[in-house]
Order: sequence, then structure tokens, then C-alpha cells
Amino acid sequence: MQLPVINNEVSEANSGGCSAGSCGSTDDQMNHLPEHIRQKVFNHPCYSEEAHHYFARMHVAVAPACNIQCNYCNRKYDCANESRPGVVSELHHPVQAVKKVLAVAATIPQMTVLGIAGPGDPLANPERTFETFRMLSEQAPDIKLCVSTNGLSLPEQVEELSKYNIDHVTITINCVDPDVGAQIYPWIFWKNKRIKGREAAEILIAQQQKGLEMLVAKGILVKVNSVMIPGVNDKHLEEVSKIVKAKGAFLHNVMPLISEAEHGTFYGLTGQRGPTNEELQALQDACEGDMNMMRHCRQCRADAVGLLGEDRGAEFTMDKVEEMEINYPEAMKMRAEVHAAINEELESKRLAKESKVQLVSIQGVQKKEVTRPVLMAVATKGGGVINEHFGHASEFLIYEASSEGVRFIGHRKTTPYCEGGDTCGDGESALDKTLRVLAGCEAVLCSKVGYEPWGPLEAAGIQPNGEHAMEAIEDAILKVYEEMRVGGRLEVKAVVQQKVA
Amino acid sequence: MALEIIELCTNCWACQPLCPSQAIFEAKPHFLIDANKCTECAGDFEDPQCATICPIEGAILNEDGEPLNPPGSLTGIPTQKLAA
Ligand code: SF4
Ligand code: SF4
Ligand code: SF4
Repeated sequence: MQLPVINNEVSEANSGGCSAGSCGSTDDQMNHLPEHIRQKVFNHPCYSEEAHHYFARMHVAVAPACNIQCNYCNRKYDCANESRPGVVSELHHPVQAVKKVLAVAATIPQMTVLGIAGPGDPLANPERTFETFRMLSEQAPDIKLCVSTNGLSLPEQVEELSKYNIDHVTITINCVDPDVGAQIYPWIFWKNKRIKGREAAEILIAQQQKGLEMLVAKGILVKVNSVMIPGVNDKHLEEVSKIVKAKGAFLHNVMPLISEAEHGTFYGLTGQRGPTNEELQALQDACEGDMNMMRHCRQCRADAVGLLGEDRGAEFTMDKVEEMEINYPEAMKMRAEVHAAINEELESKRLAKESKVQLVSIQGVQKKEVTRPVLMAVATKGGGVINEHFGHASEFLIYEASSEGVRFIGHRKTTPYCEGGDTCGDGESALDKTLRVLAGCEAVLCSKVGYEPWGPLEAAGIQPNGEHAMEAIEDAILKVYEEMRVGGRLEVKAVVQQKVA
Repeated sequence: MALEIIELCTNCWACQPLCPSQAIFEAKPHFLIDANKCTECAGDFEDPQCATICPIEGAILNEDGEPLNPPGSLTGIPTQKLAA
């Protein structure tokens, strides 16, 4: 039950859930959605890049069983569709899970979304999952519920799901073609039989698509996740993306296969590789179309607590939770105040941004000089500004600057080049890794870059830049891009020169 | 006539609700089958339900001690790789 899902590149990066602060707030993807959907996802930490900085979600592990097998999952661990490789969650009884959720919500008012994502498939454990939802809908009506599923038993559960405070369902859909599916799913459990091969994939695909249609018809938001498996479904996912969007999924999120032999999965043990950063990005670009791509998702670990990335799970272990006295009706009042304040701030930020966007596009019309797009990496701790040392960054945000503006591309994880002080000796291999992770970028913006990595970065064609510390990410990128334009580095010839150098 | 769950079981709970004879129960360190209750699903289902959903190769044995899902039969992982 667990495997690939993180962001780009493998997973060693420490952070528990998605690390906060690693999401840029570029072109607000919500602007492209219909108003009623926009309202629904406005303060959703998993969907809105803005809200991601302010609100939090948590997951509880109440659903251990699964009804299918994915080739990237080792069922000794948590569901690989929702969690990181090799993770084993502490399983909770629904009553315990509810207690934990209330404790967290009363302590962290920003917590607005509760998900059930395993350790197996939540809908293969309908009693435990729905008991949890039922209690929470009653006791904590200010918490939104979400659930993720492989889709096999989804159509039969849509009616029940629609009774609760469910605002979205995530379906992992890796294919719409049974021949592709047969290479991903060795078996399913279906009507008291174990079905294998193409027939299994055929049933699973039909159920997923039917479930998607039924949810959309009920007005429940649907997000689709896909695991990109090079040579198996990489080409095929563009078609998947078109189909699920046409059917009404409001986000499609492509994540890379993570397959290490030590995870003991079929793919891990048979040498199936995951995609490179470039391959993943190319596919995400191809699927993007009308912008319904979620690039800031870092594949939250299923039991993570806190703002995305900031894992406060240790404060809420079951024995600590058991000792807490929670007066939830009181807590709810406090939460409502906090939420109102945050929404106000978000709204004013959004208005400020709208006027800025207008300004930029007016200027754009005046210039209208087409220059080549450039990828840049940014080190940030969050807040939308450049405020992380190069050597301390465990992940970089990747942006694309072009004559059209600045666009957020995704996250790439690495091992911090130096853990600790500003000077460090043994950073060698970590630097190599970072250089690899930053491949394709022409600049890296951070609050500070040490002397040591400077040379290797330049040699790799990545200009280190510490001049924009504490500046807003997009503004800084535009400045650097403008400098490159003035310096004549944005003409196509310049690329060639640079490669030679 | 009874099946047996052995220590390879990962306590995933998948089998327990499916048993038509309520023969499967949670236990430490892993789930167990009450041999007196297990009917091997005869009369209820064509296939023994526990072994039909169990994802772990080798976790459920028949009366002769043979695994209903031998190594490689579920994951498709070649046995020489499993051993490694
Ligand atoms: S759906 Fe089941 S087999 Fe697939 S990754 Fe999740 S737990 Fe594993
Ligand atoms: S074989 Fe059937 S009756 Fe026996 S334990 Fe398994 S599910 Fe229950
Ligand atoms: S299905 Fe298999 S692994 Fe899961 S609890 Fe039953 S015997 Fe154990």
C-alpha cells in the first residue's frame, strides 16, 4: 500500500508533508475555474497556491485494506497512491481518529481539511471510513472532508459519500486503456473473485470513469492523480488528462513513479525507472492545456499534520491526544475568527495581484518583444519571497520566465548542500545532486550562496544569484530575466554560446 | 477443512469482513483463523474469500501447509528477485 508519490526526483528530502513555503503563487490557477468551484477551493490547502501558505490539512489512517494491487506498491507499506515509499502509518480506530482530528483542529485553527488516505484504499474500508466521516460531520461541521481512492468501488459509494461534508474526492487514474492498465495492475478483487490481467484493468478503468462521472453529476469536486511510469503510461497520460478534464475533474495532477529496489515493489525489483525532472515537466506541460494542473502538490504524506510541509505530528501522538480535554464548540468559535482573518488577508492579496496583473499585461502589450523562455530555480522558506540559503534548501521552486510573464513549474527536491553553518566541508555529493536536480535552469535565486558552490554552479550553466534576498519571487525573477534580456542572453544564439562555455 | 494465517500477515484487515463464517479474528501479532469455524467457504463462495483478497503471498496456508498464493503469484515478481 505505498509508494511513489512525491514530487520531482526521488524522495530523500526529509520534510514530512509537503513543505510549506515551497509553493510559489504564480498565475493563480483558480482564476481559470468557474466561480462556484473557485469558491469551494478558495481556502483549500491542497488546491489553492495562495491558501497553501495559510491553511492546513491532515490525514488520518483508518482504512488498512485494499482491493487491488498496483505494481508500484508494496502492500506491507501504506498506499503508494497517497503516501511516500516505505511509510507505515499507525492505524487508528475511527473513534481515535476523530479524537485526534478534534485535538489538532482545536490547537491549529488553520486546519480546515481532513483526509482519509489509507493506509489502504479508503473505499475498500467503507465502514471505518464512513464512521469517521459521520462522526466528524456531526461534531466538527467546520472541517471539510476529503478522500482518495483507486476507484474500484467508487460507483457503489457515491451515494453514501454525498451524505457527508465531503468537498472533494481524489481518484488515482493511471490509464484509460486496459492494455496499459494490465502493465500497472496485476489483479483486482471483484465480486468475490481475484481477477487478473487485462480483464482486471478493464473493470477497474470502467469503475473509475463511472465513479468520476457520478461524482461530477452530484456536484462533488474531483481531482485526478496519475503516476507517470516511463515506457508504460507516459505517452498515454495526455489522453487521460483530456478525458478526465472533459468529464469534469477540476484538477489533474501527474506525479512521478518512485521505484527503488528497497521498496520491494514489482517496479522496484524489476528495474522500472521513474521519470526525470525534465520528462515529468514535459508531460505536465503537455497535459496543462487549460491550466488545470496542480504543480504545487508535493504528495503529502498520508499521516502528516500541519501546514503543508510543516509536520507537527509528534505533538499529536495518540497517547498525548488521549490526555487532552477538548471543548470543540468553543474551539469552533476561535477557529471561525481565525479563518475570517485569513480570508480577509487572502482576499486583499488577490485584489492587489489582480491590479498588478493588469499592469503587467499593459506593459507587455507595449513591448511585445518575444524572447526565449528561461527556467530559474528559487530557494525559499515560504511567504512568497526569496529567503533561503542555497546550501540549506531541501527543495527548489522552478519557474519559467518568458516574454509572457512568470509561470510556476514545480518543485524539485534535493539534499541540502550543507546542513548547518555557512561553511561546511563535506558537501560534495549533495552538491552534485543539487546540480543534477537543477538541470535545465539558467539561474538560481537564493538569499545567499556560499563561495564553494559558486564555481560548479556557473560551470553547469546555472548563474548563482543572491542579490534579491527578501524580494517577492516573481518580481525578482522578472528583474533577472530583464537583466538577461538587456545582456543579450535571451536570443537563441546565446543558448548555443552558453552551451559551449 | 480449514485455512491458516501465518506470521507473514501484515494485519491489513482485508480478509476479516469477507469471511462468511466469521472465522477470522484480530489477534496479536497477526490475524488468525478459527479452524473450527472455517469452512473454506464451501457452499458460500467458489473461492476461499480470505485467500482471494489477501495481498501477501504466502500469508494463508491450506490444510497441507501449502500457500494458496505462492511467491510471485500475486505481484508477478520473479522468485529469484524476491529472494534477494
Ligand atoms: S490502491 Fe492499493 S495497491 Fe494501489 S497503491 Fe494504494 S494500497 Fe497500494
Ligand atoms: S476460507 Fe472462507 S471460511 Fe475460511 S477463513 Fe477464509 S474466508 Fe473464512
Ligand atoms: S488479508 Fe492477508 S495480510 Fe491482510 S489481514 Fe488477512 S491474512 Fe493478513
